[in-house]
Amino acid sequence: MSGYWAGILSILAINIIFAYGIFIPVASGQLNLGGAGFQAVGAYSAGWLSASFGLPVSVTIAFGIIVTGVIGVLIAFPILRTKGVYLVLATFAFAEVIAGAILSSEPLGGAMGISVPGYIDWYVSVIFAGLVTVFVFYLMATRFGLTIRAIHDDEDVSDLMGVSVRNVKVAAFGIGAALTGLSGGLYAHSFSYIEIQGFNALVSIYVLLYVLLGGTQTAWGPLVGATFFTLLPEALRSVLPATKNFLVTLFGETGIVAPPDESWRFVILGALTVLMMVFRPEGLVTRTMVERLQFWRPVSRGVTQ
Amino acid sequence: MLLLQQFVNSIMLGSVYVTVAVAFTLTIGILNFLNFTIPTLFMIAGMMGWALSYYGLPLGLSGPLPWPIALMGAVVLTIIASLIVERFTFRYLKTKYGDSTEHAIPLVSSLGFLLVLENLVRIGYGTDSRRFEGPDADLTMNIGGIFVRVPQLVSLAVTVVIVLGLTMMIKHSRIGRGLRAIAENPDAANILGVDTRRIVPVVFILTGLLCGLAGALFAINYGEVSPAMGEDIGTKAIAGMVIGGLGSIWGAVLGGLIVGLIEMMTVHFFGADTVQVMVWGALLLTLLAYPSGLLGHNTIGKGKL
Repeated sequence: MSGYWAGILSILAINIIFAYGIFIPVASGQLNLGGAGFQAVGAYSAGWLSASFGLPVSVTIAFGIIVTGVIGVLIAFPILRTKGVYLVLATFAFAEVIAGAILSSEPLGGAMGISVPGYIDWYVSVIFAGLVTVFVFYLMATRFGLTIRAIHDDEDVSDLMGVSVRNVKVAAFGIGAALTGLSGGLYAHSFSYIEIQGFNALVSIYVLLYVLLGGTQTAWGPLVGATFFTLLPEALRSVLPATKNFLVTLFGETGIVAPPDESWRFVILGALTVLMMVFRPEGLVTRTMVERLQFWRPVSRGVTQ
Repeated sequence: MLLLQQFVNSIMLGSVYVTVAVAFTLTIGILNFLNFTIPTLFMIAGMMGWALSYYGLPLGLSGPLPWPIALMGAVVLTIIASLIVERFTFRYLKTKYGDSTEHAIPLVSSLGFLLVLENLVRIGYGTDSRRFEGPDADLTMNIGGIFVRVPQLVSLAVTVVIVLGLTMMIKHSRIGRGLRAIAENPDAANILGVDTRRIVPVVFILTGLLCGLAGALFAINYGEVSPAMGEDIGTKAIAGMVIGGLGSIWGAVLGGLIVGLIEMMTVHFFGADTVQVMVWGALLLTLLAYPSGLLGHNTIGKGKL
């Protein structure tokens, strides 16, 4: 396994866990635009513990998960009283406060960042990503997953049917925050160096778009979205120069063809977002699609359409 | 005297935030839509102003343009970009599936547009800051011992004129009445004969105009533009808008000025690193004391979701 692919696999695994952390609140109808803030909390608490006390990686990552989960539950109570635009703004503001607090904090390295001593290999992140995927699939199949979906579809009706809407929402927010913290801890230990500039508002936007493009109805969505957009630049790396050569031979040396650039991946991500919202706003993978692809149809809830 | 000078500076700085915050608050107040392309539109105005004055029109139609014409062209281009955004985002806010994240469709596509536009500018012109050769930005006037830079004074005057004109328009004109009707209830407005399809683009023309003017004034004042210039201004304008109250134009004015004041005073007393914490901390404190902002109504951003 070359270092290049090891790097790609660990970032892919981290992105999948991160996407699942955002997916669980979004699946219950709460758009979280503060993902980078939660990931920063996980990364910095794991990194700080490792750098200051030299504790083993298992302890630091567990600490990161707990800190992020607790913060998630604590801020869920005030934040979840807001709705819609206010909720988006509140989570966004949370991420900004976290970034600002870390930037001006001396023990956490401020703008310099901190280097993290404990190093983990790529397969640790991949194993965690597999476990998280199985966990979320299981979670969505339980009664809790059912209530999450019910709240997403109609909050008032779920309330009338006896679902404790607030508890479920807070739990979803807390579990999501804990998973995001896990992705942050893995990030800190995989790349051995963290700086707050790496957890900016754009990161929150990207991960939310992975989830929404993949689809929020089933647990397949974040997996598909995060995998597609993490591997897209690798595919572009070989396709873009070829396209450029083709255009140059077609039009001659015109000089308007821009060099292959990382930016194209974000142009494609953005353009796909706009198109998806126009043609398929529920995301790529939907519940009906998954049911159609299954060989054995669940008879008990067979719905004749 | 020094404090008074800082106070004057903060008003000058705040006037940029005010213009962008008014653009944000207008789309939220009337369309209930948090338009994340606004920072990008602001950036486009600055970068296009620079490109027109440095390269001139594309395809060799003209040489480098003088700065006033370049900036006017940039404002027009920004308005066109804003109308393109309207075509692909707001037109698709239709209740098709009745699920709770559906109101987020325009918001998510505006995030997509943010990525597309910003990265296209990066691909076209690179990521570096560029010098904008405008009028002499250091021309100063001495008013009773307080030094005021003339371009800043002009910016402040333009901001005041825009805000006054906008409130007059919304209060007294026929289009303004249509806008207020849509803000109240889009369906009822439609039934009672407000042509929604023709009135809604007006909001986006105003957004483009505000962002274009703000970007042009920024370019004149600081003499430097870059593809990243929208991020900082955009997040601070959002903070200002939330402090002032969503959907209130005078709230955005007040909030923008408060953010400018906080920023200047923090830099004066504590240094530049703590600005972010102070601004977003002030936002959280304001929301705790006045949940709908200083001048906001609690129905906006909630009632229709």
